[in-house]
Amino acid sequence: MIEIKELHKSYKMGANSLHVLKGLNFSIKEGELVAIMGSSGSGKSTLLNILGMLDEADTGDYTLDGVPIKNLNETKAAKYRNKFLGFIFQSFNLINYKSAMENVALPLYYQKVPRKQREEKALKYLTQVGLKEWAEHLPNELSGGQKQRVAIARAMAAEPKVLLADEPTGALDSKTSYEVMDLIQNINDQGNTILVVTHEEDIAQMCKRIVHLKDGVIVEDKKVEQVRAAQYVQ
Amino acid sequence: MFDIERWQEIFDTIRKNKLRTFLTGLSVASGIFILVILLGFGQGFRNGIANEFAQDAATSVWVWPGTTTKEYKGLNPGRNIELRNSDYEFSAELLKDDIELKSPRIFVRNVAVNYGNEALVYGVQGVSYQFQQIENAKMSEGRFISYQDEVNTAKVAVIGNKIAKDVFHEVETPMGEFIEISGIPFKIIGLFGETEDREEERIFIPKSTAQRVFNGGDRVNNLAYTLPMAENFDEAVANSIRFKSNLLSYLQQAHTVAPDDTNAIFVWSALEEAKRFYSLTDNIKLFFWFVGICTIIAGVVGVSNIMLIVVRERTKEIGIRKALGAKPWSIVGMILHESIFITAISGFTGLILSMALLEIAGPHIEVDYVMNPSVNFPVAVSTVFVLILAGAIAGFFPAWRAANIHTIDALRDE
Repeated sequence: MIEIKELHKSYKMGANSLHVLKGLNFSIKEGELVAIMGSSGSGKSTLLNILGMLDEADTGDYTLDGVPIKNLNETKAAKYRNKFLGFIFQSFNLINYKSAMENVALPLYYQKVPRKQREEKALKYLTQVGLKEWAEHLPNELSGGQKQRVAIARAMAAEPKVLLADEPTGALDSKTSYEVMDLIQNINDQGNTILVVTHEEDIAQMCKRIVHLKDGVIVEDKKVEQVRAAQYVQ
Repeated sequence: MFDIERWQEIFDTIRKNKLRTFLTGLSVASGIFILVILLGFGQGFRNGIANEFAQDAATSVWVWPGTTTKEYKGLNPGRNIELRNSDYEFSAELLKDDIELKSPRIFVRNVAVNYGNEALVYGVQGVSYQFQQIENAKMSEGRFISYQDEVNTAKVAVIGNKIAKDVFHEVETPMGEFIEISGIPFKIIGLFGETEDREEERIFIPKSTAQRVFNGGDRVNNLAYTLPMAENFDEAVANSIRFKSNLLSYLQQAHTVAPDDTNAIFVWSALEEAKRFYSLTDNIKLFFWFVGICTIIAGVVGVSNIMLIVVRERTKEIGIRKALGAKPWSIVGMILHESIFITAISGFTGLILSMALLEIAGPHIEVDYVMNPSVNFPVAVSTVFVLILAGAIAGFFPAWRAANIHTIDALRDE
């Protein structure tokens, strides 16, 4: 699903150049649940931004679902993002004047899905994350965990090839974190490919594979025995 | 523009951001409101000035004699020119196509005017029955001298309101009272009002009476004419200049005056005065346009500021929309679409309110130099469009910038 070869990225800061990614190679197959771990400054956020087409690599190849991601302008990137990717952010990034359902329906608006179908689909995904009753509520009427579930429903609504989650549990307490991870595991069980960036060991252990980044290189890439989050959730 | 989905999205946004929408709308509506009221008062000021300056008939032409300064056809300079009835009658006949109203004026000098035992010190002038319109004198009581009075050399007098107030305060009305001019009783048949007190300190008697009773012979002191109204001001000025030169050359020939002698016969046209007054109102108009344009600029700055703030506030939302697959142009389009919609609605609301206020309150305003403030509708509508366009342009650049911010940076915006 995702193929990365010799990925380099450096940031210019004045006269100095900061080499953040130093030639990454890895691939992710369909249906995988991968955790990318590393301390801050290890380059994991940069990697996620490149995978999310929010940023571009200096050199190296990136292929997503067989499509080479190269020379993107904003319009093309927007199109690919809408088609291939679903984002889950640490700070949820819901639009605060739109109800839960409207937030979930928003990616479909950009896919030019008619209003009626948008609402039906949005409701379906909200039901899947267990928030059907909260469809008409505004984000500020929801708890942190509920907000993240709305965000996950939104990421799912566009039916993307890959879900990219940037510290999805970073702003949540551990109980809520496990609930969110349980949801992510369930989505993964349905065959969706998910990439989770985290620095929490227990969250990483709930994935099927852990890629360890340090100073811009992969120091470890291992399959793990998945810890089911459901056991922590009543 | 006609994308129904886009409209729904915009109405959603407007409905859920009532305060922001209200504030944007308020700034635009109040800007337009102030501008229209200002332009309205500019017009009212013009109307008021025009009213204040409308004294003597605008097209009047006056002639008075002087002294020759040039030798001509064997005649020495220094000759006093005297106008005669013949000058009045022949000029009137010769130029009758150009003349609307005409009257000579005979100053009755060195006579005592008495009312009972009281000596009056007002000027007595013999004029024709048309003089009232030439002077724009309004009758407040009775009538002016009539043609019949002239034919009959009637001993009747028309006096100004000022005289009536100063001299006849003991009787209920001066009408029917008699004043003695050089011992001869004249019956008061009318009172007239003028815009200036000084002009009300005059006693008018028929021109024939002035000449015959007071041994005036056929001498006249002034000639006064009015010309017919022309289509427009420029034509009126041209007519007046032509008439003036024809009249002057006739009188110069009749009195054997050198054509280039400027001191022998004077011809004065009210349009010269009018020209000054027109240029004054032109300057006033210019001034109000200046103020109006400054107000528009202030409005544009206000709208631009609001747009900047709105876009600033929405930076994160823009980032989210982009992460979900919005193309930069669709974001710019959405923001502009929304802002043009709001500015248009509120702009026209301000326009309608201010026009209604001018329409309702305008005619009731009674202040010197301000009369019936009103506004030119096309001008007002085009200012609304200027503001909408300005709002769109002002909104475009921040929207464009926001749409092109790196999505990560926009998402980080708190």
